[in-house]
Amino acid sequence: MLIYALRRLLGAIPTLFIIVTAAFFMMRLAPGGPFDQERTLEATVMANLNATFGLDKPLWQQYAIYLGNLFQGDMGPSFIYRDKRVHEILAEGLPVSVQLGASALLLAFVLGTALGTVAALRQNSRVDYAVIAVATFGITVPNFVVAPVLSLVFAVMLGWLPAQGWGDWRQMILPVIALALPQVAVIARLIRGAMIEALRSDHVRTARAYGLPARMVVAKHALRAAILPAISYLGPAAAALLTGSIVVEQVFNLPGIGRYFVQGALNRDYTLVMGTVVIVAVFVVVFNLLVDLAYALLDPRVRYD
Amino acid sequence: MFTESTRRILLGATILAGLAGTAGATTYMRGNDGNPETLDQHKTSTVAEANILRDLYEGLVVYDRAGHVIPGVATEWTISEDGTVYTFTLRDDAKWSNGDPVTAGDFVYSLRRIMTPETGAKYANILYPIKNAEAVNKGELPPEEMGVAALDDRTLEITLAAPTPYFLELLTHQTGLPVHPASVQAHGSDFVQPENMVSNGAYTLKSNTLNDRIVLAKNPEFHDAANVAIDEVHFLPFEDRATCVRGWEAGEVHSCSDLPAEDIERLRAEHGDAVHVVPYLGTYYYALNHEDEFLSDPDVRRALSMAIDREFLAEEIFQGTMAPAISFVPPGIGNYDGSPEVDYFSMSMLDREDMAAEILAAKGVTPETPHTLELMYNTSENHKNAATAIADMWSNLGVNVEFNVRDASAHYAHLRDRGDFDVARAGWIGDYSDPQNFLFMVESDNDGFNYARYDNPDYDALMDRAAVTTDLAERAALLNQAEAIFMRDLPFIPLLYYTSRSLVSPNLSGWEDNIQNVHPTRFLSLSE
Repeated sequence: MLIYALRRLLGAIPTLFIIVTAAFFMMRLAPGGPFDQERTLEATVMANLNATFGLDKPLWQQYAIYLGNLFQGDMGPSFIYRDKRVHEILAEGLPVSVQLGASALLLAFVLGTALGTVAALRQNSRVDYAVIAVATFGITVPNFVVAPVLSLVFAVMLGWLPAQGWGDWRQMILPVIALALPQVAVIARLIRGAMIEALRSDHVRTARAYGLPARMVVAKHALRAAILPAISYLGPAAAALLTGSIVVEQVFNLPGIGRYFVQGALNRDYTLVMGTVVIVAVFVVVFNLLVDLAYALLDPRVRYD
Repeated sequence: MFTESTRRILLGATILAGLAGTAGATTYMRGNDGNPETLDQHKTSTVAEANILRDLYEGLVVYDRAGHVIPGVATEWTISEDGTVYTFTLRDDAKWSNGDPVTAGDFVYSLRRIMTPETGAKYANILYPIKNAEAVNKGELPPEEMGVAALDDRTLEITLAAPTPYFLELLTHQTGLPVHPASVQAHGSDFVQPENMVSNGAYTLKSNTLNDRIVLAKNPEFHDAANVAIDEVHFLPFEDRATCVRGWEAGEVHSCSDLPAEDIERLRAEHGDAVHVVPYLGTYYYALNHEDEFLSDPDVRRALSMAIDREFLAEEIFQGTMAPAISFVPPGIGNYDGSPEVDYFSMSMLDREDMAAEILAAKGVTPETPHTLELMYNTSENHKNAATAIADMWSNLGVNVEFNVRDASAHYAHLRDRGDFDVARAGWIGDYSDPQNFLFMVESDNDGFNYARYDNPDYDALMDRAAVTTDLAERAALLNQAEAIFMRDLPFIPLLYYTSRSLVSPNLSGWEDNIQNVHPTRFLSLSE
């Protein structure tokens, strides 16, 4: 399995190279540049800035320089945030996004699994309908509604939790809930569906026939099979959650990296956009691999030799 | 491995929480417009940066709490008869935060640094009135050739290319702030990092985390430190204005630097005087392409302007957060006795619409035989609503509007590259309080800002004369004449004046509304 993992990681290198190349040139196709703004710059000033950032060189040269720096772990200077380099900006924000995303993921997984299992065991009961209702609500109501409402109710009206900001664990609670809610909904639905199927499967029936206690049948035999679809969903979902959310970060004023995806593109901050692209690409590759490895552990039918 | 990293993360969170807990009673949580792009006063360009740099550094002259120019590092100055040589006497108790004295040589070093092309200064052009500054910035002359000289440690002489009556006003801009030469030499562009920065203002930089906060601590070396009441300022960047409002209402933030228009009514009802909506030094306008055949007719331009109901835009579209504009230079600006009056603004809206329809009908444009114009604006809900409303007002005259919407970067690049357009939205916020800073935009040789491609020798001549007139009353009269031509020819149709909008805690005193919207923390105080 170790060899399999290594092979997969090596195979990701050309993928990453293609992604970086495509992103680099696509970004440059967008009209305008990092120094086009409401306050138009003097021609001399613009020429000085372009020279400072190497934008006066031919595109292929800029690309070569960028790749060269990237191999040395330097993502270049940000075109907008001029006191920092892109890897410094990402190093500042990524731990925040990962902390929030991981907490949300954990909450979503535990809560989603519990709700989905309960709903499946009491199929077509009131409990089941209630879970489905909550799940549908969680999926349909978007983040940009849930997040401000949470902040309004629990911070402004009730005064229980901070409305915004970062630094205190209490400031994490509302953003984590806002991030986790849609995921709880998806996971609960996935688990419920898979669980209903698993409960009817042969190996569960056999386990029951042996007279094993119901709790053990569900926890050990049915859930192990039912959790697989949720795991495949979690791979890409984790990559998305851990790299931050622009909505939640803006609403709660959090210093994560989610906002750079949109901000960087709108500002034509070429290097910052490239940095976020690289990070997401790496996360997606790694989490897909983790999902496949998790399959091998959970599903006795899957083996990587 | 997962548990290890989780443990570390939790540990990090605990440490951060501990740090937050140490904040004392006089910590000012100050909402700011967004992230500063830089804390290097020579690379700066935004208002968010100006607010922070104003607290960190002290220039030759500074703004007081009412936005008036008062002595800063310079205690007094003399201006030569022809208005081109300024001699500043520096205070002898001005110190950097490391104890070094602030000298005239520091200012010479700083002014040379901003003009050096390699610095890549976004606003270098603000200081172009200094003799040879532009040539230095173009790389044509060495920095030593600039008109700045230290006569001794306490005397600074600045020579201008031409008399510039607003020069002191220019020096209040953050580009005029000094850097500490030894720190720049030692750390290069990293002199702005908290561990390296040496500043000469009321505050020093403690930490700077993007999108989180910038923490400033009181500078004990500051000459007026005894009168600085607030010990620590946390500048919080709010990209979402509504977030700042919620933080303010939850008591976590003392002031917000901007408010969402749709919330102003409620905030006024609930918080009364805490809501400050104040005239600001800016105009929202539509540029008209004078090279377009239809728009090259002055009567057509006049009719288009006449038919726009600015009250409606201000009250309904912008919810009272903008004011109807009847001139290009905003009212309340310095060195000016007010803008010329335009006849049709005194007429009723109905009469104006009829008159505009008549003018266009005479040109053969009626709702039955319409003419189509392309209106270009940058993406924003407000710009969209305003454009839709104006298109509706113009449709009554027989002018159909097609929209062309781009994001801000593409929009301004198109204008800069002289791309084709008919009507384009733009806004201008004055860099300094002087009508020249508005009227210069449409001088025929202004490549960067004259989107209209307006070319009128009479206008240029008036602007040139104003530039060499040192008598302020005479100069104001010349600029007034120029603006009268502007309003007749309409290279731009002024639509609205900007306002600044703040939410100020009752615990924060010393906040005085002013047109520049400057509120240096050193003049504020906080009570519990």
